[in-house]
Amino acid sequence: MSKAFDEMNGFGGGVREPYRAVAEWLETQKIDDLKKKRTEAEALFRRTGITFAVYGDGQAAERLIPFDIVPRIISASEWRRLAAGIEQRVKALNAFMYDIYHRQEILRAGRVPEELVVQNSAFVPEMIGVDPPLGIYSHIIGIDIVRTGPNEFYVLEDNTRTPSGVSYMLENRETMMHMFPDLFAKNRVAPIETYPDNLLKTLESVADKSLDRDPNFALLTPGLYNSAYFEHSFLADQMGIELVEGQDLVVIDGALYMKTTQGRKQVDVLYRRIDDDFLDPLVFDPTSLLGVPGLFDVYRSGRVAIVNAPGAGIADDKAIYNYIPEIVRFYTGSPPILKNVPTRNCRNPDDLAYVLDNLKDLVVKEVHGSGGYGMLVGPAASAAEIEAFREKLKARPHNYIAQPTLALSTCPTLVDSGLAPRHLDLRPFVLIGDRVRLVPGGLTRVALRDGSLVVNSSQGGGTKDTWILQD
Amino acid sequence: MLGRTANDLFWLSRYLERAENMARLIEVGYRIALLPREGEGYNEEWRSTLQSAGCETGYLAKYAVPTTADVINYLLFDADNGSSVRSCISIARRNARAQRTALTREMWESLNSAWINFEAINPQDITSDRLPALLDWIKEQSATYRGALLNTILRNDTFYFSQLGTFLERADNTARILDVKYFVLLPSYEMIGSSVDNLQWASILRSVSAHRSYRWVYKQHYKPWNIADYLILNAEMPRSLKACYLEIDQAVAGLKKFYHQTDMCVPSAHETLDMLEHGDIDTIFQSGVHEFLTDFLGRNNRVAQEISQAYHFNG
Repeated sequence: MSKAFDEMNGFGGGVREPYRAVAEWLETQKIDDLKKKRTEAEALFRRTGITFAVYGDGQAAERLIPFDIVPRIISASEWRRLAAGIEQRVKALNAFMYDIYHRQEILRAGRVPEELVVQNSAFVPEMIGVDPPLGIYSHIIGIDIVRTGPNEFYVLEDNTRTPSGVSYMLENRETMMHMFPDLFAKNRVAPIETYPDNLLKTLESVADKSLDRDPNFALLTPGLYNSAYFEHSFLADQMGIELVEGQDLVVIDGALYMKTTQGRKQVDVLYRRIDDDFLDPLVFDPTSLLGVPGLFDVYRSGRVAIVNAPGAGIADDKAIYNYIPEIVRFYTGSPPILKNVPTRNCRNPDDLAYVLDNLKDLVVKEVHGSGGYGMLVGPAASAAEIEAFREKLKARPHNYIAQPTLALSTCPTLVDSGLAPRHLDLRPFVLIGDRVRLVPGGLTRVALRDGSLVVNSSQGGGTKDTWILQD
Repeated sequence: MLGRTANDLFWLSRYLERAENMARLIEVGYRIALLPREGEGYNEEWRSTLQSAGCETGYLAKYAVPTTADVINYLLFDADNGSSVRSCISIARRNARAQRTALTREMWESLNSAWINFEAINPQDITSDRLPALLDWIKEQSATYRGALLNTILRNDTFYFSQLGTFLERADNTARILDVKYFVLLPSYEMIGSSVDNLQWASILRSVSAHRSYRWVYKQHYKPWNIADYLILNAEMPRSLKACYLEIDQAVAGLKKFYHQTDMCVPSAHETLDMLEHGDIDTIFQSGVHEFLTDFLGRNNRVAQEISQAYHFNG
């Protein structure tokens, strides 16, 4: 693997412009003082309760996501290009979903293979012909972007179901401003605090316009043992809407209600943070206790808006990913601004043969996996791990895709030995309602182990505050 | 507000109040256990502490006799004991986490810090010299949370359900302490009007942090008659049944106003206050303190049930 691009120092040759003030500041800091600050930050996170549960660690386990105090910085001009690409992409993804749940023009035109869509487990046939408000399926999308050079950005994946992490974006900023106010005086960092407000505007834009009262909103969480529970309660609090569980909701006479201290109160927009399968036991997984029996019928009749819509997962399916540049061209008529990582679908025999021959250089992922579980990072894997994975791949080739191991950009990060470069990615959160809303920022995830390319918090990754500079 | 939220807030306050009361009971029990006694006397003291805490049955299912170390461990740290301080704090914190959006940052952080710090305690480290400091610390946590509540929360349903939890639990606790200790201590009807020179009487007052204020209010030595009057009918005493019901009545009225209700949703609250306001200690003694308190505990439970039904705690 070639030497990675460093966000602060480029390929060598001096500090890059956006990082100048921060680099100067870092020069004046003692490592021990920075470590002390980090400990302070972690105590702050713990006291505030910004924790997440790790699956398989037992119910009571609450962990902190490690927070790194060196910010990740993106210049105004870099961001303008990313923002334009993001907006183009999310519009195309929503147009794609509207199409495949209606006339399926793109399949008829042969631009995306039909079986890849209709036989996909993320495709929800019950959604065919359903008209979601404003024709939008995915109102909140988190796009994972990686960088390999000064102008080389790639979309690694789209998260169109129930993307999480935005609370960390917001809390990381609060923490940085609390601990290093001087840094913000020296840098023109674009504010991100309007995100909850924008989210509420997005929810409002899909509420039934014919109501003769103000619409009611609720955020549906699986409950306090879910790994993202903090985020659910954080967002509900920031927006001033009810945080509900399935047990708090009931369908009566074709409408959705929450059970309040004063009896039933109708819910008009449901921001759900549970998966499709669990939404409605009458239509999806019949064993689910997390959802609400009858919810899907209410949705289909237009008496409640669900954000994101059921079936929105089809747009972030890893088997569909390869076709997104094509999807962007098809629906926008323009070439995609953001590039995809060249990807091989192991369902194709030619691709499979190539992947099997080059396992040690590739990253192989499960089509339906997430959270960094069940993947192979070839260059970091032992020979035995590669051989074990080869067997899995041969047994179920259609279950995997493969990508070249990108030299993800690095950023100086505080580790035991001091400041050292660590690989990172970026997840901006974009909102789609009556218009597209994108706050200038995102969640930067950083792999804390030397050389590691896996940034997922479930695999020991940390986060950084992400600064978009203003001109 | 969701019915589940109201339920969680109500119990959050109840459990925190229970933790504080538990700390006070242990303090008193431990103090008495330190006194020079003959034979197995302190066993009886711990037994009455367990009864006051409503933990006797659970304790005896696990241990044969009440010993200082076992009782303290059971009341402070035992997760199997649903009323141990550990259980109280972790249930309160769980409820707070579930209803984080209803709490202010100050309320949440005070409770979350209390939980983090309590969980970090190793029970083996709590030797007798460190016990008093721990008990003080527990009371402080409850005070800090209550302070955050009173200073930062809007006077809305969150506030009223929290108040109801606190004062129903407190009334229950005061009534039980009085019932248990009074029964144990009172030798005969004849004695009740006379001064008693017994440290145990002071212990009743200590259990509700009233041993010093008693002197200021009554300007007399401890008399069973006065002690009962103080804990039942004296509105100035913040842990008396009457003081609790003045708060409960206000919270019930506050809810009614907040929700623009016209019906009386919690009739028992007002009835109970009325009974306390028109009660006098002579009559209570005539008909029997134990009978009075048994009746009161029943009323107190009824109020809790009426609240739960009126505000759809269970959906």
